[in-house]
Amino acid sequence: MSRIGVFVCHCGENISRTVDVEKVAAEVGRLFGVAYTCDYKYMCSDPGQNLLKKAVAEHKLEGIVVAACSPRMHEKTFRNAAKAAGVNPFLCEMANIREHCSWVHEDRDEATAKAIDIVGMMVERVKRNKKLQPITVPVTKKALVIGGGIAGIQTALDIADSGHQVVLVEREPSIGGHMAQLSETFPTLDCSQCIMTPKMVDVVNHPNITLHTYAEIEAVDGYIGNFQVKVRKKARSVDMAKCTGCGICMAKCPQKKIPNSFDKNLGFRPAIYVPFPQAVPNTPVIDRENCTYFKTGKCGVCQKVCGPGAVDYTQEDEIVVEQVGAVVVATGFQLYDIGPKPAGSPIEGYGEFGYGTIPDVIDGLTFERLASASGPTGGKIQRPSDGTEPKSVVFVQCVGSRAREKGISYCSKICCMYTAKHTMLYKHKVHDGQAYVFFMDARTPGKGYDEFWRRSIEEEEAVYIRGMVSRLYQKGDKIVVMGSDVHVGVQVEIEADLVVLATAVQPREGADTLAQKLGISYDKYHFYSEAHAKLRPVECATAGIYLAGACQGPKDIPDTVAQASAAAAKVMTLFSRNELEREPIVAKVNERFCVGCLACRKVCPYGAVEEKEIRDRSGNLIKVVAYVNPGVCGGCGTCQATCPSKSVELDGYTDEQIMAMIEAL
Amino acid sequence: MHVDKVKHDFEPKIVALVCTWCTYAGADLAGTSRMQYPPNVRVVKFPCTGRIDPVFILRAFQKGADGVLVSGCHPGDCHYMAGNFHARRRFAAFRKLLEFVGVDLSRLQFSWVSAAEGGKWVEMVTELTERVRQLGPLTEFRELELAEQWSGSTLTTPELKEAYQAI
Repeated sequence: MSRIGVFVCHCGENISRTVDVEKVAAEVGRLFGVAYTCDYKYMCSDPGQNLLKKAVAEHKLEGIVVAACSPRMHEKTFRNAAKAAGVNPFLCEMANIREHCSWVHEDRDEATAKAIDIVGMMVERVKRNKKLQPITVPVTKKALVIGGGIAGIQTALDIADSGHQVVLVEREPSIGGHMAQLSETFPTLDCSQCIMTPKMVDVVNHPNITLHTYAEIEAVDGYIGNFQVKVRKKARSVDMAKCTGCGICMAKCPQKKIPNSFDKNLGFRPAIYVPFPQAVPNTPVIDRENCTYFKTGKCGVCQKVCGPGAVDYTQEDEIVVEQVGAVVVATGFQLYDIGPKPAGSPIEGYGEFGYGTIPDVIDGLTFERLASASGPTGGKIQRPSDGTEPKSVVFVQCVGSRAREKGISYCSKICCMYTAKHTMLYKHKVHDGQAYVFFMDARTPGKGYDEFWRRSIEEEEAVYIRGMVSRLYQKGDKIVVMGSDVHVGVQVEIEADLVVLATAVQPREGADTLAQKLGISYDKYHFYSEAHAKLRPVECATAGIYLAGACQGPKDIPDTVAQASAAAAKVMTLFSRNELEREPIVAKVNERFCVGCLACRKVCPYGAVEEKEIRDRSGNLIKVVAYVNPGVCGGCGTCQATCPSKSVELDGYTDEQIMAMIEAL
Repeated sequence: MHVDKVKHDFEPKIVALVCTWCTYAGADLAGTSRMQYPPNVRVVKFPCTGRIDPVFILRAFQKGADGVLVSGCHPGDCHYMAGNFHARRRFAAFRKLLEFVGVDLSRLQFSWVSAAEGGKWVEMVTELTERVRQLGPLTEFRELELAEQWSGSTLTTPELKEAYQAI
């Protein structure tokens, strides 16, 4: 029979002021199975813990109940003390008589009675606790990074520099992401290409990084330390090993008029292409939808002109399986397309801003391409409709963002700053031009940000008008923008040559599908959810999966890079160990009673339940039962409450333990 | 919050079945914020509301609880991703059953309390305690339980209980 020791803490005066601790110790001491009780002023202190260790030795205690604060506070402390005293740490439990009793009640008698109940419950529980051994799982020291934007690149480089292998998967033909599309970056007006492209080259040259571009995640299985990832490498139709990147295929391709999505459709590209001249890897892909050879079977020019013979029309999608120990998701964002409602989007387009119908109404990223030296205009600000230089430009902020009625209630965070940047870039290039900004609020919380914003007003003479645009229409070759200035209380009408909309930042299309493959959660906007908003901002609730960049919420470049490095640090922490120790709070199946209905598999959020065949000695199948993989099991216990035959038990929370607690009341 | 010192004839016993990540932490927060609430509630901690078997609720009623509170994370906030959704469905069905059996449904409360909602925890416990106090003790199930006992004698002393458990 069990010999339990109960240790009641005064917590200075925090508990003893309202709870008669001596009485609690005395009353609990009368419970069946309790061999020793005592009380002490500070149980968590060194002498307090020594008291516990000494009592274990002297009274041959087999179970321990510490009546003190919340287990969230000191469970680890006392379990470690129990371990040091030679008692299995899972035979030590805490009765919370501080947060749940002394602090919330005033009446001493009532609080004491409640404390006795709480301790009594835990005594009954401990009697039924089992010795549990921590589960160890090996760690594969290789990381997968999904997304090759600045977040993915930074994470991959940091992990690779620490000496670990990294697999970087990017779905576009080149890495670089949105940052490669930008002209200059706020608040320093650094040229984006100048700081981005060297990093891209570092990635491709790094001996520890395996780069899969033009590839997507097909499936993810496994758990922390041991993931199996299937990557689909889409057919490039160009052999990467043979291609020298000379570019003659692109020059000779007869298809020249395919809208270039990297340039936001402002320019054109051939059917065999690299997204931009500084692309990494600098190997072209054939866009099979637009290629004459793939459409009609007649052409084949690129194959004929290719000296090394790298063009291969027969190439097929390839599935690569990678074993990794950690996954970093860095899939980034896309801009809200406010024109006609995009297929599959739950959010209605605005329509009233004329985006998609008036050619000179563009979004922020399009303006970046116009202003970029590597863009379709070579950095000249020109109207998309007729190529003239716009002399007055209206910028409209909060288009889609912070619009509860449209379904996006969050602030997109970067638009205030990039609009300020746009006004500057515009003024630097069109000296006699005038920029107007319709804004709701200006949000500039960052180092040097407010100064930058003020510079756009004070030095570059951008006119900021507080208020929203109510109507916008084409009149001749001008766009008439009507709105209100709420500061002055008047209606404003501006005839603009170009209108730039700061549209909302949204998660990448397909973010939800990827989340389901990874088993991570996302919010109602489909941004990925971190494990704890404040204290675990780069981890997912699913162990071993980390987040970096705008896939978690709107972020600017400094924040993204910081989070990417943080995610890398978390991965390195994981990789610093050869084996992982996990809490052994996992479900176990009683194979004798299991009927193999696998209802547990349907409810398991981790996919931890597998089928197991039970065979006799001669190999005949007797029955199929459920098996819980302890490495994958998260320990929620949903399977146990679901099991119709009561043959799954969650260690540490067995029916017996819970019933004993309820019955002790 | 100040609790009045009026002595009532009947003090209900409330059992709270809560998840460790949200509601238990919310109750902790109520504690660290020194909010006051009636001392009638006893908390049983689970890893997740998904672990809570409806049988526990029945057992609590049978063993003398006058009210039962089940609480976990808000939908979408579950630490285990979907446990609270399973719990929600399970209890939606279970409430029907309980109603059929004849238990006043206002004795059973199911709700979401996040780790940041100490105030909501206090409000909920206070309300439920007051409501159950109005309803009076739940005797039907308890009588059933007494009749179940082999000797018919009430096991009031630890010695008797021990003897009973030893059989």
